[in-house]
Amino acid sequence: MRHLLTTEGLAADDATALLDTADELKRTLLGREVRKLPTLRGRTVVTMFYENSTRTRVSFEIAGKWMSADVINVSASGSSVGKGESLRDTALTLAAAGADCVIARHPASGAAHRLAGWLAEAGTSVVNAGDGTHEHPTQALLDAATLRERLGGLKDRRIAIVGDVLHSRVARSNVHLLATLGAEVVLVAPPTLLPVGVRSWPVTVSHDLDAELPALDAVMMLRVQAERMHGAFFPSAREYSIAYGLNEARLRLLPEDAVVLHPGPMLRGMEIGSAVADAPRSAITEQVRNGVHVRMAVLYHLLAGDGADRD
Amino acid sequence: MAPRPRGATEPAAQRELLSAGDVARTIARMAHQVIEKTALGAEQEPPPVLLGIPTRGTPLAARLAARITEFSGVDVPAGALDVTLYRDDLRRRPTRPLEQTQVPGTGIDDRVVVLVDDVLFSGRTIRAALDALRDHGRPRSVQLAVLVDRGHRELPIRADYVGKNVPTSRSEDVSVRLAEVDGHDAVLLRAGREDAR
Amino acid sequence: MNEVLIRGARLYGEGEPVDVLVADGVIAGIGAPGVATVPEGAEVIEAAGQVLLPGFVDLHTHLREPGREDTETIETGSSAAALGGYTAVFAMANTDPVADNAVVVEHVWRRGREIGLVDVHPVGAVTAGLAGERLAELGTMAKSAAGVRMFSDDGHCVADPLIMRRALEYSTALGTVVAQHAEEPRLTVGAQAHEGERASRLGYTGWPSSAEESIVARDCVLARHAGARLHVCHVSTTGTVDVLAWAKGLGVDVSAEVTPHHLLLTDERLATYDPINKVNPPLRTEADAERMRQALADGVVDCVATDHAPHAVQDKDCEWAAARPGMLGLQTALSIVAETMVRPGLLDWRGVARVMSERPAEIAGLPDQGRPLAEGEPANLVLIDPDAEWTVHGAELASLAGNTPYEGMRLPAVVSATLLRGRITAREGKIG
Repeated sequence: MRHLLTTEGLAADDATALLDTADELKRTLLGREVRKLPTLRGRTVVTMFYENSTRTRVSFEIAGKWMSADVINVSASGSSVGKGESLRDTALTLAAAGADCVIARHPASGAAHRLAGWLAEAGTSVVNAGDGTHEHPTQALLDAATLRERLGGLKDRRIAIVGDVLHSRVARSNVHLLATLGAEVVLVAPPTLLPVGVRSWPVTVSHDLDAELPALDAVMMLRVQAERMHGAFFPSAREYSIAYGLNEARLRLLPEDAVVLHPGPMLRGMEIGSAVADAPRSAITEQVRNGVHVRMAVLYHLLAGDGADRD
Repeated sequence: MAPRPRGATEPAAQRELLSAGDVARTIARMAHQVIEKTALGAEQEPPPVLLGIPTRGTPLAARLAARITEFSGVDVPAGALDVTLYRDDLRRRPTRPLEQTQVPGTGIDDRVVVLVDDVLFSGRTIRAALDALRDHGRPRSVQLAVLVDRGHRELPIRADYVGKNVPTSRSEDVSVRLAEVDGHDAVLLRAGREDAR
Repeated sequence: MNEVLIRGARLYGEGEPVDVLVADGVIAGIGAPGVATVPEGAEVIEAAGQVLLPGFVDLHTHLREPGREDTETIETGSSAAALGGYTAVFAMANTDPVADNAVVVEHVWRRGREIGLVDVHPVGAVTAGLAGERLAELGTMAKSAAGVRMFSDDGHCVADPLIMRRALEYSTALGTVVAQHAEEPRLTVGAQAHEGERASRLGYTGWPSSAEESIVARDCVLARHAGARLHVCHVSTTGTVDVLAWAKGLGVDVSAEVTPHHLLLTDERLATYDPINKVNPPLRTEADAERMRQALADGVVDCVATDHAPHAVQDKDCEWAAARPGMLGLQTALSIVAETMVRPGLLDWRGVARVMSERPAEIAGLPDQGRPLAEGEPANLVLIDPDAEWTVHGAELASLAGNTPYEGMRLPAVVSATLLRGRITAREGKIG
């Protein structure tokens, strides 16, 4: 693997290898005093975040540091990015300065692919940490790792993704990865929050959450920004919450052992009830914990080998 | 490309160093040596912890532990220690999948740890294992048991227990087969890849 | 030298080759090969059976001067036009400063005349500063030396129905045409690519077909009530063709253009993530492109216009959302039309003359362009080698910018010569 840009097109074998590595890393580090591996000593990883996201950036930073990589954080406000330097120039500068891997979060869909193109010659790996409303592959991988752990596997498991699918890179990455790993995916949202052409995705579509809940193995609640109602995507936060929020009453419709996921940051009371988020079947803190191991696995697969198996 | 000399990698070019029976006898002998050297059974001594280095070190450690228990009557914990993340040659090869690490519940602090591997060659795997051990705890001492020592050390490392010393040339290949991994037990010496070119 | 003999050309690609004598800016004679004596000092072009058509007229070009002379000037754009077989181009108003007053349009017109490679007709802005709020001084621009014949806020839609209504009404007195960039802005907030399966997967905010179709429908209704002439820029959707067919059936005085790229390219290009393929309106689906080709053949869409839009490297070699929309078109238009229309048999060369010369000249009201190939007519001509092929390289095009989406593609039909009022402006890929 040279880059991790999308889960669309990620082969089942590669995805499974990443998840297996993440599992091993988790086991290896479990209960250890020294959570530090020498594997990526001397390798330089740059996180380049053009959008605020403390949780994702910190997760990558910890992952890099636990693998002994030198991790440098570049943010839009504290660098020449704020002075209007182009993404291309910033990336080339970082590569020239010795970055082995660039982890990029950018508001433009496709930005990670552009970076990979610009950095091809430098040989720098690119990890997409979220590009616009396109993809967020490590989030999908950590969700899959969490679901594998909780459900024992993903094959033929029925998983609903609920909420603002239209604007969600998490949803896109999850749809492709979960389908690749053999799960059945149901998208549940009002028609206004589903992308045009969603019927061509490897999913089924529903507008009725209550009808879906009893048959689910897991439900993934997406964050819904209240501002969306200004684009007339839904009438009000209240109406959204009534129809698509996962409250305690709805939780009872889920099978006992079904898992609740949320990629965060949560809007408690909007898409997810506070008690639901903290319920034992909620895997939300595990998602965060698994995020570090998944990102370690990604860095391991991109940076540890000799590159002979790169694309 | 010139055609490969026929037979270079065929079974005909293999020589059996140890048969299945030899492997079993060798492990039994090593078990006795461990018991003796670690003073197993002495009241104040906790039993050693055996950690196999995957892939074939892991079943070897399990077998060795079973023999030790059989001969001494003391339960000896065995586990696995994957050293991939500690290797110094990662960037010379394609990305390797990680193998399992399984440290027994007793932990390794203040215990005698016996690392178990199939073949001792350059010593780099053992160096990586020593680094890995350090991150899991602080053993009282570390010993090394290998089924075959084929020489050509690149680091100042030697084994405490050796099943068989086999003088080899660098181009030769020593291949250990174990029933748990390969379906049968044997140790083979093969003309190596460089000879075949 | 003011005499040119084109030896052995096939007019409209039909019939036997003839010799065409050009003198004093007009077609002086057409006769059987070898019959005419070659006048002393006349330049001879050996056509060897190539296709002779009236010079092309482009209703939609961005020459970027004034304002972005780093990407195109009237001079380089004129060269590209001449090399592409054009004898007249309409330069869009979205320059800096905007061509919303007589001073700017006269500057553009005069520069065009000075360079003399192609008639450069400035398009005036419909609204001051392209802001869509109040009408620009349409009458002053129409009556200026530039004689503006077409108004457009291209790049922006005249979205306010009242302003559009008034512009249409007002232009009836001037004999001018209002060309609409049909894009309902409320439906295209943040839009990056055609709203469909592909954009959805890639997470590009969609640009719905309805944003174009609803404006075209509205404007047809407005034009009908105003008794005004409406021209629809760069139509791109199946639904727009349906609306146009309906409006034309009702007798609305509406005309429409399609770009070469909407004839050939589709949103399949999105998968490249390369903003060289970003354009407004966006590349649509294969079904839309097919409908464009059919509508052009049928005449529901009247003509081809390039929407030639040069952009600097830094405005294209960036992330998709940051890139400016637009593609070069002047030097590739003929070849794309040959590829998409002539090769499959949707148009013959007489049809190419119609959609690239005669209809656009009529729509804009140019009396000396798009004329028949006959004695006494102005010698605005293009000679085409229909069998030759060439490979597109942006760096080799005459435009200062190189943003062609056809880079590396091998395309049919090469311009052998372009004549503007009898003077050779381009020959064998070179100016003059």
